[in-house]
Amino acid sequence: MSLIKDCFSNLQRNHKKALITFITAGDPFVKDTVPLMHALVDGGADILELGVPFSDPMADGEVIQRASERSLANGTSLDDVIGIVRLFRRDNLTTPVVLMGYYNPFQNMSHESLAAKCLEAGVDGILVVDLPPDEAERLNSELVKVNVDQIFLVAPNSPESRVRKVCQLASGFIYFVSVKGVTGGKSFDAQEISASIARTKEISGLPVGLGFGIKSSEAAAAAANISDGVVIGSAIVELIEQGGDVTTVAQNLEVFVGSIREAIDDCDHTV
Amino acid sequence: MISKVNLNDSRRVGSETKFPNEKGYYGEYGGRFVAETLMQPLLDLESAYAKYMGDPDFLSELDADLKNYVGRPSPLYHAKRWSEEIGGAQIYLKREDLNHTGAHKVNNTVGQALLAKRMGKPRVIAETGAGQHGVATATIAARLGLECRVYMGSEDIKRQSTNVFRMKLLGAEVIPVTSGSCTLKDALNEALRDWVSNVDNTFYIIGTVAGPHPYPQIVRDFQSVIGREARAQCLEGLGRLPDALVACVGGGSNAIGLFYPFINDSEVQMFGVEAGGEGVASGKHSAPLNAGRPGILHGNRTYLMQDECGQIEATHSISAGLDYPGVGPEHSWLKDTGRATYEAISDQEALVAFDRLTKLEGIIPALETSHALAYAEKLADSMHNDKIIVVNLSGRGDKDIQTIATINSITL
Repeated sequence: MSLIKDCFSNLQRNHKKALITFITAGDPFVKDTVPLMHALVDGGADILELGVPFSDPMADGEVIQRASERSLANGTSLDDVIGIVRLFRRDNLTTPVVLMGYYNPFQNMSHESLAAKCLEAGVDGILVVDLPPDEAERLNSELVKVNVDQIFLVAPNSPESRVRKVCQLASGFIYFVSVKGVTGGKSFDAQEISASIARTKEISGLPVGLGFGIKSSEAAAAAANISDGVVIGSAIVELIEQGGDVTTVAQNLEVFVGSIREAIDDCDHTV
Repeated sequence: MISKVNLNDSRRVGSETKFPNEKGYYGEYGGRFVAETLMQPLLDLESAYAKYMGDPDFLSELDADLKNYVGRPSPLYHAKRWSEEIGGAQIYLKREDLNHTGAHKVNNTVGQALLAKRMGKPRVIAETGAGQHGVATATIAARLGLECRVYMGSEDIKRQSTNVFRMKLLGAEVIPVTSGSCTLKDALNEALRDWVSNVDNTFYIIGTVAGPHPYPQIVRDFQSVIGREARAQCLEGLGRLPDALVACVGGGSNAIGLFYPFINDSEVQMFGVEAGGEGVASGKHSAPLNAGRPGILHGNRTYLMQDECGQIEATHSISAGLDYPGVGPEHSWLKDTGRATYEAISDQEALVAFDRLTKLEGIIPALETSHALAYAEKLADSMHNDKIIVVNLSGRGDKDIQTIATINSITL
């Protein structure tokens, strides 16, 4: 049983779309992340993506790059990130948590030990940005053993052959990248990608979340219209970057996520 | 048995080894570790590359450019005074510094820019460290009428200001990169971000044997003209193969270009020379093959300088072109198999060799190249005077005059 699968089934039953939020673990400090995760859930997030900081985040725009730098300046390690999830699970046993990052820090731990630690701490999924399915079999076989979902990206320029390749290993949900670009950049064109999203959903049989460049309530509603879930990252990380004590930041996050939640719930769900 | 190869040998796509395999691996190194958005463009590049490398029109255009625009073949020059001073093996210099734009980099940019043109991409981007690859890309972009943007670490912009101005004169836009360590690796990150954002109209001209497959292969194949010529020149001019090859290694494009055509000549030893910075023991260096361990960066698996958590470490070298925490995956494979040996030379040793070659042979080498020269001196010293060493004189040192002046407290 997977929390991610359950989460999407429940939402579907209630005719709702998933709100998936991203923050970088350890930004600005490891001790802040758990309270911020709870604030995101209180604001209405359904799934939490927790960024594992990396020195060279090639797929990220400036906002998330800076978050990675802040976190690494305090020496946040993958073990620290897993520890954050373990602590979060003391008070929350239902919200799925997905670790998102780059392959080098992940493979620095043996795949077997990574999978075991994820299971033990309560990590539900892993998304390795620079690990396409062509290179992912070894990690995937370990994750499958412990029932941790491996989330993969599908891009607007992925032809059917690539989508099929991704779907051979993907579970949980598919992360559809809304634009050719980096996180926090240009905004998507719904007309351009809605057919690809529908095709991806059909081929995979999995829910499809849409992310990259979704910053406002309007964009979130438009994204919810053509997918099963909306990923918001840079816009939330910007609020953390603005600073303040952790209580204030947590309140800001809860309010902002609440406004996105409302926009998504209000939209006309035609998919 | 030594097979005689002439200068016009038409083999371009490397067939000396079985690598890379169909997944882009050299042994356990290489591969394709990128976000999904870049997967299809890389597959497209792979098939376009295979197609054009079998296309006689493409190859004759490439040949004509290498001959008439770059000025190939480059001479193999016997550095007699320098060899005599050392008192050991005879050193020959493969004069890549005499190429148009002053370094080996142009061999690759000519090839990749022709590919870009054939693939219908009106815009090219590049990363650069010392600025040599940036200049070589800006040059060929000017000639082919391609829009050109070059990413360069803000630290490197400071120490290589002449090359920055050259690129601008050539019509390229130079973008300072201020993230991370503000050097070559960060420029590569930024170029990858540009490529993923503009992948429909943009060709990414990678300057070294790094990046995801097929880049390490493409760059190796285009640079292999160095070794093909050197091998033929040795056989024709000296009647035999050299005993050793020496080249500096940052990403490793000039080294693999020299080494590759000799790879099956087991009697020819190969030495790659990394930047030892302030000494490998100090931690302030750029020598992943000497002091790193395998990991994944910039799309491939290779030796990297990284901490115990897998974060990429800051590098140090007096030469911007060697200031890179990774190395081409084929070098990692050559290291593990023992076919090539990788040594480190410190900033100080490189500066001494720079001065010696300049004074004894009237050739001002690049600081990158000076690392190879410093090791060649040590090696020659340990060999009999009837032995032959070929050193890749990968670039000229005009760009480094400012750095040298600063070190000597001279204001230009």
